[in-house]
Amino acid sequence: MNSSITRRTFLKAAGFTIAIAITPSGYKILSAKESEEAMGKGFSPNIWLRVMPDNSVIITVNKSEMGQGVYTSLPMIIADELEADWKRVKLEVAPAADGYRDPVWGAQATGGSSSIRHMYEPLRKAGAAAREMLVTAAAGVWNVPAAECEASQGTVKHSASKRTVTYGELVKPASALDVPKDPSLKKETQFRLIGTAVPRLDIVEKTDGSAKFGIDVMVSDMLYATVARPYAFGAKAEAVHDAMAKNVKGLKQIVHIDRGVAFCADTIEAAWQAKKATHIVWGKGADPDLSNETLAKSFEEYLPKDGVVARRDGDVQTALAAASVKLDARYYLPYLAHATMEPMNCTAHVQKDRCDIWAPTQNQTGTLMTAKRITGLAPEQIHVHTTYLGGGFGRRFEQDFVEEAVQTAKAVGRPVKVIWTREEDFQYDYYRPGNLSRIQAALDDKGNPTAWSHKIVCPSIFVRVFPDTMQKGIDNAAVEGLSNLEYDVPNVSVEYVRIDTPVPVGFWRSVGSSHNAFTVETFADELAYLAKKDPLKFRLDLLNKHPRAQRVLELAAEKAGWGKPPEKGIGRGIAYHLSFDSYVAQVADVSVDRKSGAIRVHRIVCAVDCGPVINTDTIKAQMMGGTIMGLSAALKESISFGRGKVLTENFDAYDLLRMSETPKIEVHIVKSDAKLGGIGEPGVPPAAPAVANAVFSAVGVRLRNLPMTPDAVLKALKVADGKA
Amino acid sequence: MISLKVNGKKHELDLSPDVPLVWVIREHLKLTGTKYGCGKGLCGSCTVHVAGKAVRSCQTSVGDAEGKEITTIEGIPEDHPLKKAWVKEQVAQCGYCQPGQIMQAAELLSGDKNPSEEAIIKAMDGNLCRCGTYPRIKTAIRFASKEGGK
Repeated sequence: MNSSITRRTFLKAAGFTIAIAITPSGYKILSAKESEEAMGKGFSPNIWLRVMPDNSVIITVNKSEMGQGVYTSLPMIIADELEADWKRVKLEVAPAADGYRDPVWGAQATGGSSSIRHMYEPLRKAGAAAREMLVTAAAGVWNVPAAECEASQGTVKHSASKRTVTYGELVKPASALDVPKDPSLKKETQFRLIGTAVPRLDIVEKTDGSAKFGIDVMVSDMLYATVARPYAFGAKAEAVHDAMAKNVKGLKQIVHIDRGVAFCADTIEAAWQAKKATHIVWGKGADPDLSNETLAKSFEEYLPKDGVVARRDGDVQTALAAASVKLDARYYLPYLAHATMEPMNCTAHVQKDRCDIWAPTQNQTGTLMTAKRITGLAPEQIHVHTTYLGGGFGRRFEQDFVEEAVQTAKAVGRPVKVIWTREEDFQYDYYRPGNLSRIQAALDDKGNPTAWSHKIVCPSIFVRVFPDTMQKGIDNAAVEGLSNLEYDVPNVSVEYVRIDTPVPVGFWRSVGSSHNAFTVETFADELAYLAKKDPLKFRLDLLNKHPRAQRVLELAAEKAGWGKPPEKGIGRGIAYHLSFDSYVAQVADVSVDRKSGAIRVHRIVCAVDCGPVINTDTIKAQMMGGTIMGLSAALKESISFGRGKVLTENFDAYDLLRMSETPKIEVHIVKSDAKLGGIGEPGVPPAAPAVANAVFSAVGVRLRNLPMTPDAVLKALKVADGKA
Repeated sequence: MISLKVNGKKHELDLSPDVPLVWVIREHLKLTGTKYGCGKGLCGSCTVHVAGKAVRSCQTSVGDAEGKEITTIEGIPEDHPLKKAWVKEQVAQCGYCQPGQIMQAAELLSGDKNPSEEAIIKAMDGNLCRCGTYPRIKTAIRFASKEGGK
C-alpha cells in the first residue's frame, strides 16, 4: 500500500473526516467509511479536512508555503464551501504521500503558479461535500427536510423552528453518511471568503520570529554538517588531506558523499573549521577556462546554427525579403541566481527502518524519491516534514540539498543538519539560463508587422528535469511567450537552438517568461516607434484576438495617465505578458541620470487579469513582489563566471533591489470570468521590458542586454551621442 | 566560559569568543527567530540589538557581546507597535528576513518617533528582502510610528 496512513487512521481520526483520493483519472471525495473501503480497492485516500467535536476545522495543505500565501488561500477555498467559521480553521501541513499528490501533475510539488489552479476544484468539492453531509446530519437529528436547513459559519440552522446546531455537535451523525456524488457548489454571490482580502494564517508566526524554517529545525542528538563541493563545474576530488581537520574539537566524522566531502560536528562552527583545515585537490573539471567571455562566445557561435522550429506561420523569409522597413536586433541575458534569503539546508535522520527529513522543499515527491534511492527504504518508512520555505522561486524544487543531508545522515547514523553558507548558495545554484535571441521583423507601408522571426539560443532546463516533455527537441520553457506570441502577425517563425554548457540550469520564478517577455516587449516597442505609432496603440491594434491582453494594457495605461505627458525628465514605458494563464501589464515611469548612467524607477502601475480572484491581498502582494524581483533582475543581477566556476559569492557581487531603489507600485485587478490563472510568477516578466521601454522614452537609447547597469546605460548613451 | 544576557536571561556558554553571535543565538540558545542570511553584514537578516543598537549578529563575535544587553525578535513584546503594524499591513511573504527588518525598524523608532520617508529608507536600506515586501515595510513603519505612543 502506497499510503502513509494505515487503514485504521480513518476510524481513529477524531471528528468528521473528508478524504480525497488522487487517482490516475482524477480525484474522488470520500468519507471515512468510504475511505476504508477504497483502500481495499487500491486507492490511497488521505485526509484533507476534519471537523472536530470542539468545532475547530483542521485543513490539510499539500502545497509548500514560500511566501505566496497558499497556507491561507487553499484553506480559504475549503472553508468557504464548508461554511466554516474561519476563526476556527487550523491548518496542517501534509506529509509526503501519494494521496497528497497534485491531481494534475501526479506529483506532490509546488511551482508553475499552479497551486490554486490545480487545487481549486477538488478543494471546493471537498468542502461542499462536507457541508451537505453536515446539513443532512442536522436534518436527520431534527427530523426535518434537509432543504429547510442552512449551513452558516460553522453551524446548521433550521429557521422554521429556530434551532441551531454546531458542526462539532454533528461530527458523529455526519460521519455515518455517504459522500454526495455531486455536491452543489456555492454561487459566487454566496462566497464569504473567496474574493476578499483574508489575512494570512501565518502572519503572526512570521512577525514574532516563531515560524520554523528548514534552517531552524532542531532534532535531539543532531550533528551539524557542511559540505566541501567541487572547486569547478564537474571537478572530482583527487586527494583529500584531512589530518589537520581531525584535530578540530567537536568534529565527529568526515563523510565522502556523491556531491563532495561532508564534515559532521557538534556545532556548525566546528564543521566549518574542519572544512577549512582540510586541503582537497580537485581535478580540472568540465571546462577549466569557462568564463563570462567564453560563454558569451559560445552563445554567439550557436546563433547561426539551425535550431528546431517551435512555431511557423506563413513564410517569414519571403516576407522579410520583400519588405523595405525592417528591424533586426539581438538580446543577451545573463544567468541568474535564486538568492532565496534562507540558504539551502536540510536535516535528515536515517535509521534501519525509518527515515525522517525536515526540509524546506517545493517538491515532496522528489524528496521522498531521493530518500528512497539513497536509503532503500519503502515510501511509507520515509517521513518528509515540510517546513516553511525562506523563499523558493524554483530553487527548492531541486533535491541536491536533500541528497547531501540524507547521504550524510545515513553514513553517520545520527540526525544531521546540513547548512549552506551564502557563498555556497550562490556557487552551487541551478541558474536561470543565460540566453541570446535574435529577432527580425518587417513592417508594411502602413506600419503593420508582416513578419516576425524569433530565434533563441538557450540551455534546456527540461532536458534534465522533465526529459519526457522534450518533444522534437523543444524545451517548452525556453520558448514560452514566443511560441504563443499573441501579436497578430501573418508570418511568424520561432526557432530554438539548444546549447549545452557545464552550468546547471533550473526553474527561476516565471522561467522562460523571465527572459522572453523582455525580448518580445522591447522589440515590439522598437517596432512601434519604427512604425511611428504610439506603443500602446501599436500593441492594442495587434491584439484584437486577445481582449484580455487589451484590457490589462488599457487599464494599466489609464491608471498611469498614458497619453498625458509625464513630468519633465521622466520616461514612460509599457509592456505586457501572458504567463501561467494570467495577463499582466505594467507601465513604468523612470528617469536616467546622464552623468552616472543610473536608472531610477519612480513608479510601476500594474494591471492583472488572473481570472477568478481568491484572495485580493495575496494577488496584490504577489504582483508587488514579482515586480520587485523583475526590477532587481532588470537593473542589477547577473552571475559571473571564470576559471571554470561561478565567481559570484555574496550579495556584494550580486546585490538585490533594495528599499531605496524600490518604486511606488500600484496594483489593479481586472474583474474577469476567464479561467483561473496563477499569481506567484506572472508579476515578474513585464517589469524589465516596461523599464527598458521607459528608458528609451527618457533618453532615446535601446538597452538590449540585461542587467541595465549604470555602465551599460553610459555606454549606450555614448554610442548614441557619437552617432548624433 | 562566556556569559551572555539575551532578552533579560543569563546564559553561561562554553565556546570560543570568536564564534559569530548569530550562530550562538540560533543554534546554541535555540532562539531561531534571528536568521542567518549572508555572514558578511550585507543583508540584515541577522539583525539584533546589542546594548540598544541594531547590529548584524554575523559581524559581531560572541566575545564582543559578552556582558551586554542583547535583544532578539523573541525579546520584542507582542504588543510592540511594530509587531502590530507588521500584522496589520500583512508585510511578510516568506517571512525569513522579517525578524531582521523588525529589529532594524525598532532601533529607528527608538531614536526617532516619527521618521520621515528618507529616514526610513536610510535606516532600512541594509536589509534585503527577496520577496519584495519593501513597500509594506515602509507603510508598517509609518503606521507604527503613529501608534508609537499608544
